[in-house]
Formats: sequence, C-alpha cells, structure tokens
Amino acid sequence: MITCTGCALLCEDIEVIIENNSVKETRNACRRGAARIKGCVNRMVPSIDQKPVDIDISLKKAIQILKNAKAPMLFGFGNSTNEAQKKAIQLAKKINAALDDTSSFCQGHLIEKVLHNKFRTCSLDEIRNKADVLVYWGSDAQDSQPRHLSRFSYFPRGELRQRGYEEDRLAIAIDVRESNTAKICKGHFYRIPLKGDREFILALMDALSGKVPTYDPKKMLELAAILKKAEFGVIFAGIGLTYSIKDDIDILVALSDKLPNFHIMPMVGHYNMRGFNENLFNETGFVNRVKFSEGKTIHDDKYSIVEALKENTVDALLVVGSDPVSSLPRSIISHLASIPVICIDPCVTMTSKIAIVNIPCAVSGIESSGTAIRMDGKVVELKKAMASNYPDDENVLKRLLEVI
Amino acid sequence: MPSVMELYQFLPKTNCKKCGESTCMAFAVAILSRKKKISECPPILETSFKKQKDKLESLLLPTAGAEETGMMVHHELCTGCGNCVVACPVDVANDPKGAAVGCAPTNEKVIFKVVDGKVLASNIKECRRFGKNRVLCYACIDPCPTGAIEFV
Repeated sequence: MITCTGCALLCEDIEVIIENNSVKETRNACRRGAARIKGCVNRMVPSIDQKPVDIDISLKKAIQILKNAKAPMLFGFGNSTNEAQKKAIQLAKKINAALDDTSSFCQGHLIEKVLHNKFRTCSLDEIRNKADVLVYWGSDAQDSQPRHLSRFSYFPRGELRQRGYEEDRLAIAIDVRESNTAKICKGHFYRIPLKGDREFILALMDALSGKVPTYDPKKMLELAAILKKAEFGVIFAGIGLTYSIKDDIDILVALSDKLPNFHIMPMVGHYNMRGFNENLFNETGFVNRVKFSEGKTIHDDKYSIVEALKENTVDALLVVGSDPVSSLPRSIISHLASIPVICIDPCVTMTSKIAIVNIPCAVSGIESSGTAIRMDGKVVELKKAMASNYPDDENVLKRLLEVI
Repeated sequence: MPSVMELYQFLPKTNCKKCGESTCMAFAVAILSRKKKISECPPILETSFKKQKDKLESLLLPTAGAEETGMMVHHELCTGCGNCVVACPVDVANDPKGAAVGCAPTNEKVIFKVVDGKVLASNIKECRRFGKNRVLCYACIDPCPTGAIEFV
C-alpha cells in the first residue's frame, strides 16, 4: 500500500506491483494517480545549458547562480514533501530570496482564510460520515480530484449517511459550464455567467434572509430552501469561485455566516500545495508571496511569481516540482529567457527545457518518503516503494543549503 | 448499438425456422441478446446474402467486447474515478467495509475494480443484470459522467 501523490486527496489505499524496479501495475488509483505513480515518460537528466553533466556539477552550477544572484526567487513546492518545503524556506532565508508557490495564482486566498479560522471547515472523513448537502462551486472535482466523489463526498456510505447518494446525500453544482461534476448533480446544476459568482452569492444571501432576490428569484429561493434544511453541508470552493471573487473573498465568509451548518473546503490541486501554505504560515504568518531580508519577512503582492516576472524584479529563479512555463501566460514567462533558471524535477517539463541548470530528483511518494498535507489539513505519510538513482528534492535542497 | 428492426432488415425474412426460432424477427431479438449467432441462420451463409451478412456483422461489431450481461467498459473514456465501484449495489453488499464506504475493495467478490487507472469488470455473474431473475439496474451507468460503461 502506498499513498498516491496525483492530487491533494492523497489516497492511502493504492496497491502497486513492482517488477525490476519499475511499477508494473497500479490498483485503486485513478487515471491521474496511475500516471503519476508509473512515473515520467521523459525522465530528466542532470544538465547545464541543456548538455548532460554529472549531478554534482549541476549542483555546483546551481549554487554558483544562487550565490551570485542579488534578487533570487524560489518557486514551486506544490509537488514536494513537507520536509523539502521546510528546507526551501530555510534556503530562502539564507540567501535573502523571494519565495512563492503555485497557490499565489490558485487557492492561496482561501487557504489563508482557513488558517486564520475565518470560516468553518471540516475534514474529508467528517464529510464522508456526516455530510448531507454538497455544493461543488466553481469546482470540477470529478476531473480534478477524480476520487473525491467516490471516496469522500457523494457516493460512499458514512456513519450517519448509511444510504449514501441514493437517499441521504444531495449534490449541487454551481458553475459556468456543465462539467462532469455537474452531470452527476443532474437536477441541481445552477449555471452562472462568467464572473457571476459575486452576484449569485448576494442573491443567495438575500434569499437566505427571506428577501426576494433580484437574480433568478425562483431558483435562488429553491436553492436557499435546500441549504437551510442541511444538517451538515459543505461548499467545495473550486478555483472557478476563488478566481471570480478573489478581490472580495470576504463575501464568502459572509455567506458562511448565513449558513451555520455549512463548512467550506478549498479544492486544492497539487498534492502538497496546502502543505507549503501551512509550513510557510507556521514560519512567517503568511501563506505565500514573501521575501526574506536580513532576518525579516516582507509580504507583498510584488513577490508573487506573476508580479515578479512581469516587473522584472528577479535575477535568478529556482523552480522545484512545478512548471511555470506551461501554467503562466506567455507575456509573463518571456522574462524567464533573460534570467538563469534552475529546475529541480523528476521529469522533463516545459520549464526544464528552458532552464540553464536541470537537477533531477526522485518522485516523492514512490521513490522517496516523507509527509504531505491533504486538502483538509490532515498530515499523511508518504512511503517509499522503490529505489531511485537520484536524490529526493529534500536532499537536493539540503545540499544547496549546506554549501551556500 | 443497433436496434432489432435494423438487424431484421438485413435478415432473409423468410421465416424458414432453420435457426430454431419461429420467425426472423425472433432471430433478430436472439442475436441482439447474444443468445444466437449470425452463423446460426443457414440461408444468410449463402453467397447471395453475402452483402447482408457483412452488414449485420458490421452492425454488431461495436458489441463484440461485451460481457455476458451486455456490459461494455470503454477504457478510453474511463477516468478510474471509482464512482461505479462505490455505487454498485452488489459491491456494497459484498464489501461493506471497503467499496461501500469509498475505500479500496477488500475482497474479490466485487464486480468493479480499478486497475492501472481504468475500471475492470469481474464476477460478472454477480451482476443484477445476469441470470433469469435479472433486473434492469442502472447503478453503474448513472454515476459515470463520461459514459464509459454501457449495456448493449
């Protein structure tokens, strides 16, 4: 049994059959998880200027780049273990670097609210055992976290929900398109226009207060009636909702106050993105977008990867387990061509193809062990299932830290 | 998935009873429910019916990989989410501490298993659509948003 690191559900019931130090078969993992467990199609090799070298030489070059940089930045860590993330924070402190992760353009806003206890949240096990009304809002869990509905939320029988989805649970989808999750919710799909979430929340709050909402009154009153009856409700806040209300995230807190039986669960994508947010929060009080300067921590939007690249304020970038070239807009990534990029990853990515230095590492959860934090905040152990020729990212960062 | 009438159109329509069925229409129903094979109709094997035989075979081609209950899993559409594993009433009854509560199956009595990210059907005789007392169960089709499970 191993833990799958395909997404932030961190399924702990995965069986693997290993032959000749490679995964022959996976059982119980979804397609996304199986692909992650089976490893890279193109394994990264250590290189400098895209020419293969020994891993120690590539490490030396990376150290030289980071030492010479006046405004270095460390980015990624969503696919790294807690231990590697803690080493990265230490490294950023030591070299006075800016530090950011993918949550700065993902669920960082919501996780920050969760860590500040601004609204009620709950564990996935509580959802399985107690939840009766599930609202997938701007979230296509069926595709992004494929086992979410079958393992925790809608389909399984729980302690207080013995008849499962047939009678005891109701799933509602609120989205701009009929996603695969919305198809499962069938009669309870509310389609909203792009950026229409704020208006929808305001109308829903009116309906919950007994006023006639201005926006689609019949549907809103019907939805409000369902939500009011819930014994244990959960709003799964997806990236669609977070993007839409990111400038006014408190509106979701206000909605949560109107629904005393409801809990809010940020739908995290990368397997340990929440882990990075929690580790940095414990260390600095912020979840992302920080810069360390002579022992002080400065938090500012200008230290987000997007702003830093847009404003050309970075002169070296260390990317760990992430692929900014494929996930950021072209106008922003063009700056990467003019600065040295160091990439630490098990696989060849778009970022590794433009990186000056590539340092391969083991695939965490298969080739290396550690711990990670699930989307609901539970610490999950990752077990090593087979050996790797490469060190894990924690060890790579440890070596960088020791020499610098 | 062809209809009975589509299949009937390409049969000899002579009601010769050589196949053991009373009419060609009954034979078409028997082909569709996988009780008879096209080759059990002697007239259609004659050269004069070759075009109709080829057409019948091409109509039945999509159902070639179906299980005895008519279940077909389209692996190219399956995401391995496991909704069918947890929703199947047979899996729930046979594995109350595993599949029923959303966890990995704990025994071999379940019908659905996810292997290499795709669902595989086994123990097909346990399926509620199998045997004389079969019922028209949709428990595995309904929760599959990609349409990866089909009964033909």
